[in-house]
Amino acid sequence: MTAAPEKINPPMVLAESVCKNFGALKVLKGVTLEIGKGQVLVLVGPSGSGKSTFLRCINHLETVNAGRLYVDGVLIGYRERGDKLHEMPPREAAKQRRDIGMVFQHFNLFPHRTALENIVEAPIHVKGVKKAVAVERARDLLKQVGLSEKADAYPAQLSGGQQQRVAIARALAMNPKLMLFDEPTSALDPELVGEVLGVMKKLAEGGMTMVVVTHEMGFAREVANQLVFMDEGIIMESGPPREMLSNPKHERTKAFLSKVL
Amino acid sequence: MVDVDTSPAASPAAIDAVPLRHPWRWVAAVVIVILVVLFLYGAATNGAYGWDTYRKYLFDARVSAGAWKTLQLTIYSMVIAIALGIILAVMRLSPNPVFRSVSWVYLWIFRGTPIYVQLVFWGLIPTIYQNIQLGVPFGPTFFHLNLQALSIPFILATIGLALNEAAYMAEIIRAGISSVPEGQSEASTALGMSWGMAMRRTVLPQAMRVIIPPTGNEIISMLKTTSLVTAVPYSLDLYGVAARDIAGVIFQPVPLLMVAATWYLAITSVLMVGQFYLERYFSRGASRKLTTKQLEALAKAKQMGEAGHV
Repeated sequence: MTAAPEKINPPMVLAESVCKNFGALKVLKGVTLEIGKGQVLVLVGPSGSGKSTFLRCINHLETVNAGRLYVDGVLIGYRERGDKLHEMPPREAAKQRRDIGMVFQHFNLFPHRTALENIVEAPIHVKGVKKAVAVERARDLLKQVGLSEKADAYPAQLSGGQQQRVAIARALAMNPKLMLFDEPTSALDPELVGEVLGVMKKLAEGGMTMVVVTHEMGFAREVANQLVFMDEGIIMESGPPREMLSNPKHERTKAFLSKVL
Repeated sequence: MVDVDTSPAASPAAIDAVPLRHPWRWVAAVVIVILVVLFLYGAATNGAYGWDTYRKYLFDARVSAGAWKTLQLTIYSMVIAIALGIILAVMRLSPNPVFRSVSWVYLWIFRGTPIYVQLVFWGLIPTIYQNIQLGVPFGPTFFHLNLQALSIPFILATIGLALNEAAYMAEIIRAGISSVPEGQSEASTALGMSWGMAMRRTVLPQAMRVIIPPTGNEIISMLKTTSLVTAVPYSLDLYGVAARDIAGVIFQPVPLLMVAATWYLAITSVLMVGQFYLERYFSRGASRKLTTKQLEALAKAKQMGEAGHV
C-alpha cells in the first residue's frame, strides 16, 4: 500500500511502477516518477519507447494494467475500496479529465467550429459556465496565445502553428491544474515551431505543471526542471536537463542524444 | 556561380493563345438534338399519349390530394427513419454489447426482407394482433385497443416504410460517424466530455457532411417507394390515385402515368433544392475559403486600417 493519497501536499503526478500492455505487447514496463507542482517534465526517447502511452495514461485515455498513477493525490482510472480496485464508471473518469489539459500532435481542433467556439465548447457544455463568461475568458486566452484577430476563423483557415496555439487555449479554458503535451510541435513546419514553444514557455513561467513529450532539446534545456529519457517502456535515465544533455550517463541515452542534438 | 536576378522584373504581356477546337462535341450535340426533336414530335402526334387527358387530369383535385398524401408518407416515414437510424447507428458503435447485438439483428431482419413483403405484413397486423392490451401479464389491464375496429392503413404504411428505411439510414449514419477521425472523439474525451456528449457535439455534426448526400438520395428514393403502399393496402397516394383509380375508370393508363411522373419529378426537384442548402450549411469549416461574412469583416478591417494611416 502506498501512502500517497494521505499526503497533505501530494505531488501533481505520482507514478508507481506503471505498466501498460496492448494485448501481448508490453509498452510500459514499470515507470516510476514524481512531478512536483509547478514543475515541467520533458519526456524524450525513440518512437515506440512508450512516452506517448505514458502521457495518455495520466489522463486515463489508456487504462493502466499494473502499478498506480496518482494526479494530485487522487488515483487515476480506478477506485480503491479496501484492498480492491474497482473499474471507474465513465462519468467519473470524465470528471477526472476536466482538470487535466491535453495538447495533441495533430491539434485535433473541432473543424466545424471557429477558434472561439472551439475554446468555449467544453467550459459551456462540460462545466456549465455561462456563455458570456466563457466567451470573455476565451478572448483572454486567444490574446494570451497571440491570436485575438483569429477568433472567428475556422481551423482549416489557420496555419499549423496557429491551430496548435488555439488547441493550447482550448485546453487552458478548462483551468487545468496539469497540462500534457504530446509532441506538440512534431507536425509543424520548422519556422512555426517557435511560436508554439513560446506559448508553452510562457505557460511554464506562469507556474503551470507540465508534462511534455517532445524532441525539442532546446526547449528541454531552457524550460524543463526534469528531463526523462525512456526506452523500451522503462525510464533509462532522468535528471536536470543541462546535466543530462551535456553529460549523459547511460550508453543508450548517449546514442539517442547524439542523434537528436 | 549562380546568377540570380533579384531586381523586380517588368511584368510580361498576358498570353493570348488560340483556344483548342472541339469539333466532335458539336457533332455529338447536333445528333442528340435531332434525336430529341424526333422523339418529341413522335410523342406529340401519337394518340396513345392522350395529351388532352394529361392536361385534364394534371391539376385534378384528386391527383394533387394524392401528391400531398405521398409527400406526407415520405416526410413522416423519413423523419422516423432518420431518428431511428441515428439510434441504431449509435447503438451499433456503442461499447455496450447488448446494444450492438440488438442493432445488428434489427438490420439483419429489416434489410434482409423485401419492403413489399414488410408492407403486406404491416397491413396484416390488425388481423394478427386484433387487440392491444397494456397491463400486468395474467393480471389487470390498464389500456385496451381494438386494432381491427380502427382503420389505420396510412399509419401502418408509414410505420412499414419507416422501419425498413431506418435500417438503411443506420448504415449511412454509421458510415458518416466512422468517417470522423478518431482524434476528434479523443480530444473531446480529454476535455472531459462523456461518450454521448462527444457523439452529439463533436462527431455527429461532422458526420453530417458525409451523411447528407446519401440521405437526400434516400428521401428521393422513398418518395417513389411510397407507390408500394398499395401492398398494405393503402391507395390514396399519388400513384394509387392517378395510375390505378382514375386510369382504371377511364381506361387510359398512359396519360395518367405521365401525370403521376410529372408530379413525382416536380417534388423531387424541390427536394434537391433543399438538399443543396443543407449540404452548404454542414460543410462549414470544411474549406479554407473564407465565408462571405469573414470577407466582409476583413475588408472592413482593412479599410479601417487604411483610414488610420491617412
